[in-house]
Amino acid sequence: MEHGRTPTVPAASAAGAGNGVAGVAERARPGIADRALETLARSWRPLALLVACFAVWWAVSAARLVEPYLVPSPGSTLQVMRDKAGYIWHHGWVTTYETLLGFAIAVAVGVLAAVIMVYSSTVEKTLYPVLLFAQVIPKIAIAPLFIVWLGFGIAPKIVVAVLIAFFPVVISMVTGLKSVDPEMVQLSATMGAGPLQTFVKIRFPASLPHLFSGLKVAVTLAVTGAVVGEFVGANEGLGFVILQANGNLDTPMLFAGLIVMSLIGVVLFLLVEIAEKLLLPWHASRRGDAVTTTY
Amino acid sequence: MNEEVEQTVALAEGGGDAAAVDVDDVAVRFRTRKKDVLALRQVSLSVATGEFVAIVGPSGCGKSTLLKLVAGLLKPSSGAVRLHGDAVTGPRRDIGYVFQRAALLEWRSARRNILLQAEMRHMPSAAARKRADELIDMTGLRGFEDAYPHELSGGMQQRVALCRALLHRPPVLLMDEPFGALDALTREQMNIELNRIWRETGTTVLLVTHSIAEAVYLANRVVVMSARPGTVTEIIDVALPAERDYAETMGLEEFSSATTRIRRLLGAASGAE
Repeated sequence: MEHGRTPTVPAASAAGAGNGVAGVAERARPGIADRALETLARSWRPLALLVACFAVWWAVSAARLVEPYLVPSPGSTLQVMRDKAGYIWHHGWVTTYETLLGFAIAVAVGVLAAVIMVYSSTVEKTLYPVLLFAQVIPKIAIAPLFIVWLGFGIAPKIVVAVLIAFFPVVISMVTGLKSVDPEMVQLSATMGAGPLQTFVKIRFPASLPHLFSGLKVAVTLAVTGAVVGEFVGANEGLGFVILQANGNLDTPMLFAGLIVMSLIGVVLFLLVEIAEKLLLPWHASRRGDAVTTTY
Repeated sequence: MNEEVEQTVALAEGGGDAAAVDVDDVAVRFRTRKKDVLALRQVSLSVATGEFVAIVGPSGCGKSTLLKLVAGLLKPSSGAVRLHGDAVTGPRRDIGYVFQRAALLEWRSARRNILLQAEMRHMPSAAARKRADELIDMTGLRGFEDAYPHELSGGMQQRVALCRALLHRPPVLLMDEPFGALDALTREQMNIELNRIWRETGTTVLLVTHSIAEAVYLANRVVVMSARPGTVTEIIDVALPAERDYAETMGLEEFSSATTRIRRLLGAASGAE
């Protein structure tokens, strides 16, 4: 195919062809079975660890090393989860709802704040100390204040979730927007692009890998935020379930609440990771390369 | 291609006898908090339309600064820069720019990286695609146009950057050590192709390089610069035909006399440092 394209300079054409063949590294696209195997190969260790933890838990309770009212057996915990599935499901959904809403608001506000801060150093200098201050205040300490202000409804929980998830979003987005190759921005100027075009086509997509690493932290923190909000005053949600169970010394229910809460965090984290893979295939595939070369 | 050359020639004739690039007694001073650095002083250079001029000089002598002045990415502290007789006051759209690093967008395929130029300029998309195809053929990228940057070798990435810079048929092409990061063999191949592309497009080229052989093989004239504050030490005419066979050129008397002369000048410049 390289022949006859540049008949006037055969030497150049031949040289180009020679380089061209070696130019691309052919990457095999694995099939579904291969990928499943690969996933299994990658995840069996953490799974094994998890199983080991359950085994230890089971052994401890079966051998009666600890009184059952302090540490319930895995069996009784699962029993509670099955018997009170409707109850747990309802409160788990409330917590998930608060988490998602808080996370969404944190992402929207955080990304917007980051963009404004990157484009205006005055705003950055003004806003940054305030952000830092908001970050260092222990959320659990100000949560009661939100209950006073906003009542016992869903609002104070969302506010706490937003406050706690906001910071990693802003920091990662600012880092992402600032890490753009300055030569790329200069190139954009020679293309006659305005600031908006440069933002849409270059700066924003380039910042997404950074943003996603912040989102993964933020989504797990949002769960914590929602539960903290519930601890302070609520009649719904997993925080409420745990407080109730605690008050009744109902440790199986307490453990069930903890497990469901952790599951929510893990599932949301995985969802963000899947979104990253779908939206940034170029980034994920590059990282994949880096991982495989260390084997 | 011929059509293009004619266009460029017509442009030059239409614009009177104004040089494609005219740098007139330019000085650049960078102010930082701690010190003032004079990067360039008394630099004057005139490049005719269709000419290939290479700029060599020791590291930090302001070669890249000079290119950025021509592109309008930097403003001179004194003096003037003109493109086709037109004073440069801000970033110019009528140029193509190639950096040492290819500076490609990782999330775009080679073709879409090339077409970024068209999108930013709001060029009609059918014409832009046709032009991109021409360039893909011209630079030997055919077969790799749908590959992503991380799947391409350094040489291929730089070809993509070159296509992107040529997409809008810029009358002036500015290249800042475009092959500096490539291995020696790939670099030679790229030199041979750049010579061909220059002849086919008739573009005026300003090339900054560290390689004396590259400068002499490619250019009509080689500008030798002194160490900082950079200024033009000498401009050397390369008496070689436009079409140059690589191996043959290396053996020519004109080639070796020019490289020797430049090497002496650079030696003197760094010795005086």
